[in-house]
Amino acid sequence: MKCDYCDKKATVFLTQLAEGQMKKVCLCDGCATERGVTDPTGFSLADMLLGNFQKDIGAKGNAQNKGRSGGSSKECPECGFTFDDLQKVRRFGCGNCYKVFASELNPMLLGMHKGVSHVGKVPEGLMESHYRSQKLEELRSRLDQAVASESYEDAAKLRDEISELDETEVGK
Amino acid sequence: MMRFSTLLRHPADWMIGTEVDQCAVITSRIRLARNLKGHSFPGWAKKSERAETMEILRPAVEELAPMKDAFSRELGDLSSLQKQVLVERHLISREHAARNEGSGAVIERRQSFSIMINEEDHLRMQAIRPGLKLKEAYEALSELDSELEEKLDYAFDPSLGYLTTCPTNLGTGLRASAMLHLPGLVLSDQIGQVLQAVNKIGLAVRGLYGEGTESLGNLYQISNQSTLGESEETIISRLERVISQVASHEQNAREKLMEDDPEMVADKIGRAYGVLRHAYLIDSKEALNHLSLLRLGGNLGIFPEETVQLCDALLMDIQQAHLQLHAGMKLSPEQRDSIRAEIMRSRLQSLDSPHNLPTKNDQTDRSPEDGNTK
Repeated sequence: MKCDYCDKKATVFLTQLAEGQMKKVCLCDGCATERGVTDPTGFSLADMLLGNFQKDIGAKGNAQNKGRSGGSSKECPECGFTFDDLQKVRRFGCGNCYKVFASELNPMLLGMHKGVSHVGKVPEGLMESHYRSQKLEELRSRLDQAVASESYEDAAKLRDEISELDETEVGK
Repeated sequence: MMRFSTLLRHPADWMIGTEVDQCAVITSRIRLARNLKGHSFPGWAKKSERAETMEILRPAVEELAPMKDAFSRELGDLSSLQKQVLVERHLISREHAARNEGSGAVIERRQSFSIMINEEDHLRMQAIRPGLKLKEAYEALSELDSELEEKLDYAFDPSLGYLTTCPTNLGTGLRASAMLHLPGLVLSDQIGQVLQAVNKIGLAVRGLYGEGTESLGNLYQISNQSTLGESEETIISRLERVISQVASHEQNAREKLMEDDPEMVADKIGRAYGVLRHAYLIDSKEALNHLSLLRLGGNLGIFPEETVQLCDALLMDIQQAHLQLHAGMKLSPEQRDSIRAEIMRSRLQSLDSPHNLPTKNDQTDRSPEDGNTK
């Protein structure tokens, strides 16, 4: 039996149930390794059958070698990853890309997971700093109000609280 | 520094798992994906950026308490054969084996934790345990993760969770999976139904060594697909529930087979024993399928209990890279078949032939090894 991607002898046979349907692919050693087929964690036969996977491989190579040309489409200011890159590889360039391409992400997430927002573990440090920055914001707006209404006693207290919180942040 | 040969000299705890009550579940595996904030993901990072993240991550990982005296290497420093052996042991991924400088692998001495640096994500951490131990594996790995998180600034978004290169891993970054040995369901033709049902509830099923419903060695892997919108605990407890259901289906199927058609089972196990004991050339497909039956024989009391562990160890040792490592040279497929058969014969030498296998006319004598096993 021949490999589905080249004419070599197929040695890896993969069958996967996707949406209740059985799908089968035959691959030679080379193509199987290249596509990471034998790694059970990172592979979806459906992607490959739909042709996404081959595109991925080509696109990823491109992205890495010469994809940094910029172009006119939307681009992540931190890592230079563009909308075109996203279209090609269906993966992101860095954490910040998720902010930049938020509107593109939403349709991608449809049907991919059980939900669209995170439930579960949160880094402890982040929880604190998240909480602290929220608290600081709140205190500052109260300080503004206090100053505006000329209640200087309150303002002084708030100012002390703010500087205390600020210090713990610097100290960390 | 721990040597490659030292790492491999001792079989991992999960390979020789003791006290496994659900005999259909061979191993449980947890993987967590994590990335650094403010650094390009490995696939997009330039070479210099990858070197930079490697500089940050490798010492942080090596400092972890369980990673004391771990096996730690930049992938460029490993030969392709060594990498292949690590793949066969499930310690690094196939994609990772293709990487060189700028990527690393840190593997705990007992091989129950392994951390890949600059794989698809900056960190891919894994814990493997024998039997159905997903919760324990997760708790242990999560502890490592928390320890790392004190030192590292993870890319995390309050609403999207841990940010990963591929959105299929967003949220928890968690992939939990178990490797199952299901010969009873295969022999009784129920495997298709069971796997489809598992698939319907959103879990992925793969024949571990390919070729579909008659997956090689009757080995199957079940894992979660969704990583976002549910907590780690929810994902894991659902998976554990489904897996133990599949395991009990397997148990029922075995009991039913022994009741309805003990001769067929005895014939298959007896033939498998005969081939493995006396073959001089055996390819990996044939070897895996016979090993599966031998393992079943161990579970059914036809062979002594420790046969199961022997089979699990052989499963690993007869794979291509392991054979070449054993032989100390590159091998042609024919040479591999010959050495594979040799290993089989020598390891099974002390395994007595299964006399008094149950037959239809001999229903009373159902536990032939009663004298030997307690």
